[in-house]
Amino acid sequence: MTAAQAPSIGKAASTPGGGLLDWLEGALPKIVVAPTFISALVFIYGFILWNGYLSLTSSRMLPNYHFAGFIQYATLFANERWWTALRNLALFGSLFVFGCLAVGLFLAILLDQKIRAEGFIRSIYMYPMALSFVVTGTAWKWILNPGLGIEKTVREMGYPHFNFDWLVNPEFSIYTVVIAGLWQSSGFVMALFLAGLRGVDDSIIKAAQVDGASLPVIYWRIVIPSLRPVFFSAFIILSHIAIKSFDLVMALTGGGPGFSSDLPATFMYTFSFTRNQIGMGAASAMMMMMIVVAVVIPMMYSELRRGRHD
Amino acid sequence: MRNIFRKKALVIAASVTLLSLSASAAEVEVLHYWTSGGEARSVAELKKMLEAKGDKWKDFAVSGGGGENAMTVLKSRVVSGNPPTAAQIKGPSIQEWGAEGVLANVDDTAKAGKWDSLLPPVVANVMKYQGHYVAAPVNVHRVNWMWVNPEVFKKAGASVPKTWDEFDAAANKLEKAGFIAVAHGGQPWQDFTVFESIVLGVGGADFYKKAFVKLDQTALKSPTMEKAFKTLRMVRKHVDKGFAGRDWNLATQMVINGKAGMQFMGDWAKGEFTAANKKPGVDFLCVDAPGTANAFTFNIDSFVMFNLNTPDAKKGQADLASAIMSPAFQEVFNLNKGSIPARLDVKMDKFDDCAKKSAADFVATSKKGTLVPSIAHGMAVPAAIAGAMQDVVTEFFNSDMDSKAAVEKLALAAKSK
Repeated sequence: MTAAQAPSIGKAASTPGGGLLDWLEGALPKIVVAPTFISALVFIYGFILWNGYLSLTSSRMLPNYHFAGFIQYATLFANERWWTALRNLALFGSLFVFGCLAVGLFLAILLDQKIRAEGFIRSIYMYPMALSFVVTGTAWKWILNPGLGIEKTVREMGYPHFNFDWLVNPEFSIYTVVIAGLWQSSGFVMALFLAGLRGVDDSIIKAAQVDGASLPVIYWRIVIPSLRPVFFSAFIILSHIAIKSFDLVMALTGGGPGFSSDLPATFMYTFSFTRNQIGMGAASAMMMMMIVVAVVIPMMYSELRRGRHD
Repeated sequence: MRNIFRKKALVIAASVTLLSLSASAAEVEVLHYWTSGGEARSVAELKKMLEAKGDKWKDFAVSGGGGENAMTVLKSRVVSGNPPTAAQIKGPSIQEWGAEGVLANVDDTAKAGKWDSLLPPVVANVMKYQGHYVAAPVNVHRVNWMWVNPEVFKKAGASVPKTWDEFDAAANKLEKAGFIAVAHGGQPWQDFTVFESIVLGVGGADFYKKAFVKLDQTALKSPTMEKAFKTLRMVRKHVDKGFAGRDWNLATQMVINGKAGMQFMGDWAKGEFTAANKKPGVDFLCVDAPGTANAFTFNIDSFVMFNLNTPDAKKGQADLASAIMSPAFQEVFNLNKGSIPARLDVKMDKFDDCAKKSAADFVATSKKGTLVPSIAHGMAVPAAIAGAMQDVVTEFFNSDMDSKAAVEKLALAAKSK
């Protein structure tokens, strides 16, 4: 964006007979942006290409460049653990994203009711975001541990048959990741929605009230539809957090019990760096990128097109 | 102005020559991941020995992840053409590094030190790539231990089990008396550690070698393997509920505190007991895992030498290799680390009873041919295959998969490339 603005600034500032100084003034924005641009080109796109090529080689412990076709993808998709990771991503991704949106929106609407001490309450909900996922994961690991946390507490309160062992139960372990993720991120989504809600034109709401619409109807029919751009950005932010999610799983469950809460990111790390299968790790990384592309691009495309027509 | 510049240039030139001069005294850069208390002390010992030989020690410690982080750093150093003098690498990974053509051999040092007669052949083979010594062994850990709290057994009126059937009975007694029978940490490598001891106990050393070293498909699919899985299921029954994700040292603490009766873990667990001022044979017992009395699963740390262009690297590597293999270092290091010396002729007077037993068994089993590499600790097969097999074991441990299906999956995992 800055690069596109550069020529116009240069022209506006150009006076006859400027010479070098003039040229410098025109080129300055480009020069300033260039390092970022180049490093993005090399370290993001260059490495994506490199990784893409690695995924087509027979790389094992160290990268090599013997072309091997799609064999790494074939072994990847024959691997049961990869399918577990994908299934977990589908579960975690959808529950995390829609859960955060729902909880965030709900909290934002409640906060928007012009309540007392709003700033104080808002900070409380926002604070989890100040923590790193590692801290969140570790804290929830203790809270959810059957021998330490919720289960033990409730049992000691006099319900000896209370059961809450999701963390150690392979069929439910991925849901504990969802719980911790929701706790961490919904406050942030709430802040996004709250900003959006504050931007809704008051006069429309007043008009609806005059027309006799009830509060739920106003929210459902007017306010929430007008938050569409906020939904869009929240969705994009949350879905990429979900797909690249690594630290939370590592801290909370370590991918376990067994590998029942593996996600593609943890899978990729394990195979590339501890099992000497860089080729397969690269293939799984490419698949992760494809998932991001498949989710985000159609959405961005439709959203940006809409934006232009408006 | 000009004068000042000239002075500066002189100073710089002088310091450059100084730097290059100091670099020509053999500098030994050693990548390792021994950063915790006892281990760090042992490394300091090695440093002292090398400095006595006139070499310059350059410490390159990368902590964390049981060596994973160190390996990642090592890979990037080698890829960029700038490997360290030596690095802490173990097991079949040595062969993988050898295949990359980046290792240097220390045959001369080995010949001068008579390594072939000092090391058991199984161990020597791990240190060689295509018949040439490329690595020096530091220590030997035994993995098929069972750590027992005798107080707990006494209170429960149980006796220490010698077979897996006895184990089940003893575990039931412990549980009836209100103890946790088996202290276990639910991490994949720990599940695999237990399973490897079970396979050794159920099938014996020959079966273990066929299945876990040669990856023989008929052995992997045999009824014996199925029985091993059934035994693992039985052990699983005796594990407490909070096991998931527990670190091994926390599990050891449960045995120390008398909450639990037994733990299956390599002899690094001994450090936890001695740190808590417990005496071997009195406050805790180190016994062979049921059925494995005549066998020994080893886990050996070693330093691997890398090919370097600098002329003094050869000298540094020879010094390092002979220092590592010297009886003095082997003794000091292993006293600190809780393992036993890799060479067979070190006096064991200063070691505790567990280490003495381990050393005696090491010698005996190496003669009998029942000294086998630990698969759970990356000594038997390449990381990719060991990892795939570990996935099967840990999945079995954490689900209600039946033994037949597990056997099929294990055999398939052994074929992974």
